[in-house]
Formats: sequence, structure tokens, C-alpha cells
Amino acid sequence: MTETAMTGKPGAETVREILLSGIEQRYKTRGEDVLALTGIDLEIDLGEFLVLLGPSGCGKTTLLRIIAGLLKPTSGDVKIGGLSLWEGNKRNDHVMEELGVVFQDANLFPWKTIEENIALPLKLRGMKKTQRRDRAHELCELVGIKGFEKRWPRELSGGMRQRAAIARALACKPKILLMDEPFGALDAMTRDQMNIELQRIWMESGCTVVLVTHSIREAVFLADRVLLLSPRPGRMDTLKDIAIERPRDIYVQTTPAFQEIEAELRHKLDSFKTTDAE
Amino acid sequence: MNKHASWIATPLILIAIVAIWEAYVRVFDVSPFVLPPPGAVWDSIVILLSEQKTYWNLWVTLYETVAGFVIAVFIGILLGAFLGKIRWLERTLNPLIVGLQVMPKVALIPLFIVWFGFGMTSKIVLAAVLAFFPIMTNTILGIKSVERGHCDVMLALNASRWSTFWEVELPNALPFILTGMEVGIVLATIGAIVGEYLGGSEGLGYMAVATLNAFDVNGMFAVILILTALGLVLYFLVVFLRRFVTPWHEAVQINK
Repeated sequence: MTETAMTGKPGAETVREILLSGIEQRYKTRGEDVLALTGIDLEIDLGEFLVLLGPSGCGKTTLLRIIAGLLKPTSGDVKIGGLSLWEGNKRNDHVMEELGVVFQDANLFPWKTIEENIALPLKLRGMKKTQRRDRAHELCELVGIKGFEKRWPRELSGGMRQRAAIARALACKPKILLMDEPFGALDAMTRDQMNIELQRIWMESGCTVVLVTHSIREAVFLADRVLLLSPRPGRMDTLKDIAIERPRDIYVQTTPAFQEIEAELRHKLDSFKTTDAE
Repeated sequence: MNKHASWIATPLILIAIVAIWEAYVRVFDVSPFVLPPPGAVWDSIVILLSEQKTYWNLWVTLYETVAGFVIAVFIGILLGAFLGKIRWLERTLNPLIVGLQVMPKVALIPLFIVWFGFGMTSKIVLAAVLAFFPIMTNTILGIKSVERGHCDVMLALNASRWSTFWEVELPNALPFILTGMEVGIVLATIGAIVGEYLGGSEGLGYMAVATLNAFDVNGMFAVILILTALGLVLYFLVVFLRRFVTPWHEAVQINK
């Protein structure tokens, strides 16, 4: 087991955090080299709720995919819990185990029941069937879809499917939850409700969350810190602390403190547009 | 049109077709050697169904069709999964596959008879060869058409290639495979019958030729109708299979 000691899991006392240094992402379109993202140096604390905010095309989804290990950055280093995510062209399996990802679409597998979908990550790790089922029931209760375990995904509403996707991402108790516009496809009312639920789930699970959105209000409502990205190429523009007490309810959005931060971020976002037009 | 309306309309259309057939034969005084009246064909069916040898021939054709189809399903899914997963192999073999697909396989019967004899084997092989291609090409299509979001989920879960195949690619391909099987069972039936037409001494295809040679036009029509019934039963068995294999699929929901 010496090999595990060298490359394996760090001790329990290690602070698990995300460290991004010198991240740059380029890609080729029609022979042209496009710079999508540059100069990303960021440290995300254990248990923090960080929101990536920016206009479309600012590379926020790209950055999230880099943290999730779905995309290898052209240059720069991603460290999670002190370990590099990439070892050459291979991802570190132990680091990947710490991550749970939720996408804009729920991406549930239509041939699996809700319960089987949620339990899939556990199945991939070889957990026994009865244990998987117990854990899936627990998760359904956590995300508020108890009683729908045996249904097919197509029988659930969009909001409920997204709840199931969150449950699946949480199945293996990841230390870090990465969410790419998870409620972007939902209607405004469901979205508000899901944001409150997400805050509760985050506070109960104690995991670190990185969430991508283009809604300023959503960003301010959810975040401990908001990272505003400027477009073409994506750069870090502002890191804003949101010092509003938790748990936040939906009416927090009507308070002056909230609206002040919202207005500040909106001005910044608008300034990108004017430079764009020039 | 709702479900109940079609339950009534379909038999009505069938009755209308038979009525037009009867009327046409009577009004134009058609020779019974060209088109016998439906009543005479019906009598022939009743006679055929009372004879032992009809059931034997039916069994032979059924056996050839099902055996050929089952072989086609196994090899088609296996090879399709392989080619769907290994892209360079598919690209390399693609011209060959298309060539074999376009080839009129019925023309191979004399060769199959030389290779496998006049018995059931040559017909089983022809049925399998005909049914194989739609099943294989649909399997390839199904394996390759996994949604990007689903790939991302498996990638984020750090799933192995084998798990991804088993949990995602194969189930994703199932509706495609079933569509291939629906086409395949029809082609397998055709394969068995054409094989019997052209060489052999048993099966419903042979019976059709034999009745025609004996100028028993009524009998030939009767055999063709029995064959149609056989084909229908087999086809609907495969369609029915869809509900058990992919109960989650939208198409199943709509059919309910």
C-alpha cells in the first residue's frame, strides 16, 4: 500500500480546497486559435459557496468544466485538496471522487428509474444493491422528491428532475459540488424555490459549491463570494464578498444591502457591453 | 383518430377490400385462374388447415425464419456494438459493409444451396443474412448516438469504458436495435420463403410453388394468406417485445 501513500488520499486533517493557478484555455476554430480563458488564479475555501458570474461567452462554463476535470486546461494547474487533478493526460481518480457535477440539463438516464439514476455513482463504485437503495431513499428525502423513487425520469417535472440530478451528484458524498447553470432551464418561480432548497442542501451537507449563472440576483442570493468574469477572453474581473446573513430567505432580495450589491455588479456587467460595442 | 375508432375502422376496411375483390371478380367475370373469388380462397384455406402436411410446412418455415432471425440478432448486436465502439474499425470496414448491404443477397441462394444443401440450413442462412444488416447498422447508430450530456455525466463520474458501455451506450441503443429487429423479422421471413421457392421440398414457400405448378390457384392464394398471417404474428411479437425491453421509452408510452 506504499503506492497509495505516495499518490493516494491525503490525511483527514488536510484542508480540502480548490486552487487554480495560471489557468488558460485555448481552442481552435477553423484553423484560428481562440483564447477562451486566461489569467485565472483563484483559491476556493472549504465549505465556501462561490458563484461564477458573467455574460455569455465569458468562459464561465469552460472554467467550471476545467474544475470538474471534464476539460484539461491548455496551461495552468488545478489542485483539489492539495492534489493535482491532472497527472499528465490522466485524471487523478482520488481527486475525481471528491467532485459532484450538476449540469444545466438534468441528464438523467431515461432507462433508469429515479432511484437507479441517483444510485448510479454508488453502483459504479461497487456498493451493494440494498445499501444503494437505502442511500438513494435518503437522498430523495434530502432533495425533496420522496415517493418518486420508482418513477421514470420522463414522468417528473423539470424542477424535480433537476432535484434528482443534484441527489445523484451528492450520492458519493463529494466534498465539492460543481453546478453549471443548474436552474437555467426552469421557470422563475421554480427557480427561486430551488435556490432556497439549494442553500438548505448546501448548509446541511457542508460541501464546497461552485455554481455558474448569468443571473445577478441568483448569484448574490446564493454566494459567499461572487467571481465576475469579463468576456473575450474570459478574465477575472471582480471578486465580491457577499456578507449577508444565512439562511437567506427570498425577501432578502428586497433589502437595501442586497440591492446595493446587485446594482454594483450590474454596473460592472453593463460596462462590458459598452466596451464590446466600441 | 382515437384508439376505439381504429378498432372499428380496421376490420371495416378489411371487409371492404374483400367486398371489392368479390365484386370485381363477378362484374368483370374474371377467370378463376387469374383471380379466384374470396369464397373459393377461403374454402382452400379451410381445406389446407385440415391437412397434417400444412402444419409441417408451416413449422419448417417458422423454424427457418426464427432460427435465422435469432442468429442475426446475436451477431448483429455483437458486431454492431464492436463497430460502434471502435470507430477506426468502423471507418475501415464501412465501404465493405455498404457493399455487402447493397448486394442483392437473394442472388446468393444458388451458392448457399451448393454450400449448405437443399435442406433447412441454406434457408436459415439466407434469413440470417437478410435480417442481419438492419440489426447491425441500427446497433451501430444507437451506440454512437449517446447524448453529449449523458457522456459528460459518465465522464464526471469517472466511469470506466466498460461501465459506460453497459450502463449508457447499450441501453441507449436498445430502441434502435428493436427498430432494426422489426425490419429484420420481416426480412428473415422473406429470406426463408424465397429460399424455399428456389430450392427445396418443404416449407410454405415450396407449397406456394407446388400449388401453382398444379394449377391450384385457390391453393396458392391460400398459402400466401397463411404466410401473411405468419409474418404478421412474428412482426407483432417483436413489436410487443419493445414494451418489455424498453418500458421507459416515449414510443411505448404513446402506444399505451
